[in-house]
Amino acid sequence: MNRIDRWFGEHTTPAFIGFAVAGDPDPETSVRVANTLVSAGVDILELGMPFSDPVADGPTIQRAGQRALAAGTTPDEVFAVARAIRVSCEVPIVLLTYFNLVWNRGIEVFYRDARDAGIDGIPIVHMPVEESDGVREAASAAGIAPIFLVAPTTSVVRQEAIIARASGFLYLVSVLGVTGVRDRVAEETVSLIRRVRCRTGLPLAVGFGISKPGHAAACCGAGADAVIVGSAIVEIIERHLDDEDAMMDALSAYIFSMRAATGAKPG
Amino acid sequence: MQKSTRFGPFGGRYVPETLMEALLDLEKAFGRADIDVAFQRTLSTILTEYAGRPTPLTCCANTSRDLGCRVYLKREDLLHGGAHKLNNTLGQALLARYMGKSRLIAETGAGQHGVATAIAGAVLGLPVDVYMGATDIARQGLNVDRMKLLGARVIPVHSGSRTLKDAVNEALRDWVASVGDTHYVLGSVVGPHPYPLMVRTFQSVIGEETREQCLQKEGRLPDVILACVGGGSNAMGMFHRFIDDPVRLIGVEAGGEGLDTGRHGASLCAGTEGVLHGALSYLLQDAAGQIADTHSIAAGLDYPGVGPELSHLKQSGRIEVAAVTDREALDAFGYLSRNEGIIPALESSHAIAHALRIADHLGPDDIMVINLSGRGDKDVGEAAQRGGVPG
Ligand SMILES: Cc1ncc(COP(=O)(O)O)c(C=O)c1O
Repeated sequence: MNRIDRWFGEHTTPAFIGFAVAGDPDPETSVRVANTLVSAGVDILELGMPFSDPVADGPTIQRAGQRALAAGTTPDEVFAVARAIRVSCEVPIVLLTYFNLVWNRGIEVFYRDARDAGIDGIPIVHMPVEESDGVREAASAAGIAPIFLVAPTTSVVRQEAIIARASGFLYLVSVLGVTGVRDRVAEETVSLIRRVRCRTGLPLAVGFGISKPGHAAACCGAGADAVIVGSAIVEIIERHLDDEDAMMDALSAYIFSMRAATGAKPG
Repeated sequence: MQKSTRFGPFGGRYVPETLMEALLDLEKAFGRADIDVAFQRTLSTILTEYAGRPTPLTCCANTSRDLGCRVYLKREDLLHGGAHKLNNTLGQALLARYMGKSRLIAETGAGQHGVATAIAGAVLGLPVDVYMGATDIARQGLNVDRMKLLGARVIPVHSGSRTLKDAVNEALRDWVASVGDTHYVLGSVVGPHPYPLMVRTFQSVIGEETREQCLQKEGRLPDVILACVGGGSNAMGMFHRFIDDPVRLIGVEAGGEGLDTGRHGASLCAGTEGVLHGALSYLLQDAAGQIADTHSIAAGLDYPGVGPELSHLKQSGRIEVAAVTDREALDAFGYLSRNEGIIPALESSHAIAHALRIADHLGPDDIMVINLSGRGDKDVGEAAQRGGVPG
């Protein structure tokens, strides 16, 4: 059984999904970052594969990608990071990538390499279900969950099409726009969770802009099964580039505070 | 459905989920407008009364004598705004209004598409924000001021290589946040479906007119047609009507400092297949799929991708492709200015430079048409800096 399915099968409390760009600030440190996130209580780890043109990302994650690329983080290196994390834990690992990197490796090869690196699910930023036949086939052959995004703009008809093709969890984009920290959980986020909740039993993970314990609690209260925190974690990494131990301490402290908020509400 | 979003294997709709519904709406609205008599009448009126269509097909006596064949220029430089770009922006701005959108955004490289969007926004009463790479802002100052004068806001882009590709990235980031009320006026035959089809349709007036004008003047079709290729909108606008005719079609790309230097923008000549900005096409990229930095003296050709339809036509062998270096383009810029009294855009100068090269193989009765996609006023400063203006 896929580790993602197993996690959601075994837990009734919401999952806390922590995101970092693989290779930020360099591959070695990023393994340490990931291990720290996991020890501090992240339930599912999401790694971003750095891409030269991260159109879905705001400035924070763009800068992280640039640091990773400058440190030589190729897709090979990302898989090596995932393997190094896998050595010490069974946490589900999700790999967020841009399609051109999948395409150039060869779709089947990419999914096979991802499986061999211990990756459990792959959301692709620019992969609407309409274009996804090839990646779903490769994902299924490799036992990897094809994870799809649902946006506030997604119509009911397309929600159904996505639900029919997704597995692992649905990635709900909480707001219109790119990744980045935001002040509060928008009304549209809550209504999106409610709308999708009544259509599927798939776990719902809410991402984009979630950064504070209150955000996590609001999403879980509306029926989400997980929150995805990205830019807030990346900001902490960025603030402590010159002191790795302080980086790890700050990450742990932050994860503890967020973990308490997701754990507080039953799913 | 899936099939019609592509040209052969190329194209598609690789976009963030947030934009999918907007693209489906756009496809529907474009389909309706395409057969809506009132919409087409409005577009046709504004193209003639306001933009100055049809543009002339000029027989160049001096160049014909010099090259030993019959040379014609399709004069998109004479279109209002100074380039072919307005054909597309007027079409898209009308469509945006038709869809009830209240704001336009655009990317621009040379500034011509930004100017053309600013013009369309001004005349049709829609506010315009234009994203432009910081490098391009520095080298296309005239067009930056024109955009501002026309009432548009110019937003500098400091990410990546600070050129056209990064301006597209930033416009897309804006659009995912503003998609409810904003239409993204993409400036070339690139991007996700329906843009390549839609932009080609709006630009096809170039080839329609050229075909008619050539038949009228010469009693037959041209033997060879050349157009420069950045994203490919002036080329596809020119080529589309001739695809089924026995006419050589040549797309001329930015050879920059030479294809072997890696500093160029020639995606058809030297690229590999990949997905950027919503479509599968030829791209300049490394083996892993990271997009390469490009270079061209012509900001409008300084782009690592190219339209999916051109990618298909190249792969199928229907079009020929060539690359021209910065130096050759600069020489052609001077050549046309001196010989015909026409200062071409540096982008268009690439097509002229290749025409000069192939003329040897043409006879006195052969007819060559060059798409003069824009005028070169914007480039005079840059050319002077690079020794392209006599002392
Ligand atoms: C005069 C002119 N020609 C050509 C181009 C290249 O675009 P395309 O290949 O879409 O015609 C530009 C782009 O800015 C331009 O300004």
